[in-house]
Amino acid sequence: MTVTGNATAEAGIASQPPLSARNKIWTAPFIAAVLAVIALGVVSLFTGVYDIWGREDGWDMFFITRVPRTLALMLTGAAMAMTGFIMQLMSQNKMVEPTTIGTTEWAGLGLLAVYLLVPGPTLVMRMAGAILFSFVGTMVFFLFLRRVRLRSSLIVPIIGLMLGSVISALSTFMALFFRMSQVVENWFIGSFAPVQAGRYEFLWVIVIIAVLVFLYANKLTLAGLGEDVATALGVNYNRLILFANALVAAAVGIVAAVIGNIPFLGLIVPNLVSMVRGDDLRSNLPWVCVTGMGTIMLCDIISRVIIMPFEVPVSLILGTLGAVVFILILLRQRKMRRL
Amino acid sequence: MSVLDSGHGTAKPEADAGPRVRSGRRCTGAFRSAKEARRYWMLLAALVALGIIASLGLLLYNNPVPVDSPSFIPVVKRRLTAVVSMFIAALCHSFATVAFQSVTSNRIITPSLLGYEALYSVINTSTLYFFGATVFVRFIGTGSFLLQMALMIAVSLILYGWLLTGKYGNLHLMLLVGIIIGTGLNSVSGFMRRLLAPSEFDLLQSRLIGSVTNAKPEYFPIAIPIVAAAVFLLYAFSRKLNVLALGKDAATTFGVKYQASILYALVLVAVLMSVSTSLIGPLTFFGFLVAMLSYQAAQTYDHRYVFPMAFAIGYAILTGAYFILYHMLNSATVVSVVIELIGGILFLTVLLRKRSL
Repeated sequence: MTVTGNATAEAGIASQPPLSARNKIWTAPFIAAVLAVIALGVVSLFTGVYDIWGREDGWDMFFITRVPRTLALMLTGAAMAMTGFIMQLMSQNKMVEPTTIGTTEWAGLGLLAVYLLVPGPTLVMRMAGAILFSFVGTMVFFLFLRRVRLRSSLIVPIIGLMLGSVISALSTFMALFFRMSQVVENWFIGSFAPVQAGRYEFLWVIVIIAVLVFLYANKLTLAGLGEDVATALGVNYNRLILFANALVAAAVGIVAAVIGNIPFLGLIVPNLVSMVRGDDLRSNLPWVCVTGMGTIMLCDIISRVIIMPFEVPVSLILGTLGAVVFILILLRQRKMRRL
Repeated sequence: MSVLDSGHGTAKPEADAGPRVRSGRRCTGAFRSAKEARRYWMLLAALVALGIIASLGLLLYNNPVPVDSPSFIPVVKRRLTAVVSMFIAALCHSFATVAFQSVTSNRIITPSLLGYEALYSVINTSTLYFFGATVFVRFIGTGSFLLQMALMIAVSLILYGWLLTGKYGNLHLMLLVGIIIGTGLNSVSGFMRRLLAPSEFDLLQSRLIGSVTNAKPEYFPIAIPIVAAAVFLLYAFSRKLNVLALGKDAATTFGVKYQASILYALVLVAVLMSVSTSLIGPLTFFGFLVAMLSYQAAQTYDHRYVFPMAFAIGYAILTGAYFILYHMLNSATVVSVVIELIGGILFLTVLLRKRSL
């Protein structure tokens, strides 16, 4: 929270950078951030109970679990932060992200549906179900947003969270009815503990999604100006919204199937970045990815250290910290009279 | 669905929502016509009758002992506990939700969102976590019930006082912060549950799964007077609520002290919700279902009529659902889940048909 002091001053400058600097990504602070993330990654690699130096098979273990775990953390962190960023851009609302509009609950419903339709589904099937349902869920919400005239931007997350609890009530009902409660229970607690070589590779698809997002960043920024402006500037708004939602759904679905529920990351990371750097969307994107990676790795390290021989699911840490940061962001916005 | 709607187009999308300008006699009563008033009273009577029949059914139907046996009355007495707790739950949820929706001028949110369940589970989990199993087992009975309720009300008061009053007071902000605190608290209690020993966890689990059937009768002497007082005060506040439902600007114009009034109503809502939650556990969409149906059934905006209708509907739904699922389908455990599901689906349909919020 040390950054908040000079945040306003910086935001004033950063929101209107000189033209030449606009597309410059590799600035000194960004390189420092990347180095910090790499340092965190190294810490993450060497955090754990198994003695990789002493034991004979220590280095095998290192490559079977530690490396995949750290990579999975980086990919997931980038994915969730980016989805939050895109969703906030598309909906023009700073409080929208997979947790607050029910996308994660839809993904859970999709997983459950796959379990019900196919006994013993493969990871690909589970992923397909999760992606499909999160796409439907995100579209439902965006449809609702476009139809409804809103009196306050705060209504959006309230309705979204209610929508999420409807969907999870539906999942609970199905789970109880078909005696599958345990699947739901396990899914809702996202954890990186079971990640090992051979079980996380699908997360690499996130790299493709990230490349697509970077390629379309300019168009997405235009879409963020609203339907009228975007159309006037020659962007096919509806197609772009569909495309963005497909990207979001793919990222959320993959993470849901492989890792589980990762709450609030998509909300706090983009908000913190735009607090410090202002709303220069294009150059914020790499920052969002890097900050997302750093945040989730930090939380994961905490979750592994806090009760040392055992570990706590990272989603519990993120849920607690995320709630606190979210409230701080809300209160800050209140003070600034932006609501 | 929207295509179909626009096809039948002019049918009457919002016709029953607002008062129509009528030619002829002008009136300022709660109902638009004598016919609607008659309809209201008939519906209310039918619902009350339904509730009474269902509760009699719950009390007497399928009693394993014959009527003339001495153990007939004890069996009825045991069943009476469940019926009384349904009565209290219906009263709490119907009054709290209707009042909450009016105060927030928003008909699609419920007070259960404010995280009472989360607080309830945090209180129980942290008792076990910090003080151990021996204290936890003794943390039962009227003392703990009162303590839980007091804590929930205190937290709501802090939340309201902090976010609802003063220069920056903002109702939506308060709601959102309440919801987020709820999710955060859920994570905290989940976190603590992870650190419990399995035997302790079992102790906790039985406490956290609330249901109408295992409410403790010894809580009634405390719960009933509190609920009765809160319900009475809310009902007496009906006329103010009628004005508050119009929104902040209109209410201020009509000379209502807006902040003080919503604070008063929200405190009463908090009291009702915390009694209900500590008595029978969480029911998220039950209140929403009841409020929605009662607006449709009552055909008026006057809270003096909406409140009784909401209560009658809530009680009929709870007792009816329990009777059907318990005696006909033999599965009492899923009652709350079924009610939640129906409420949730109703919420979705209402949400997608809304034009403005």
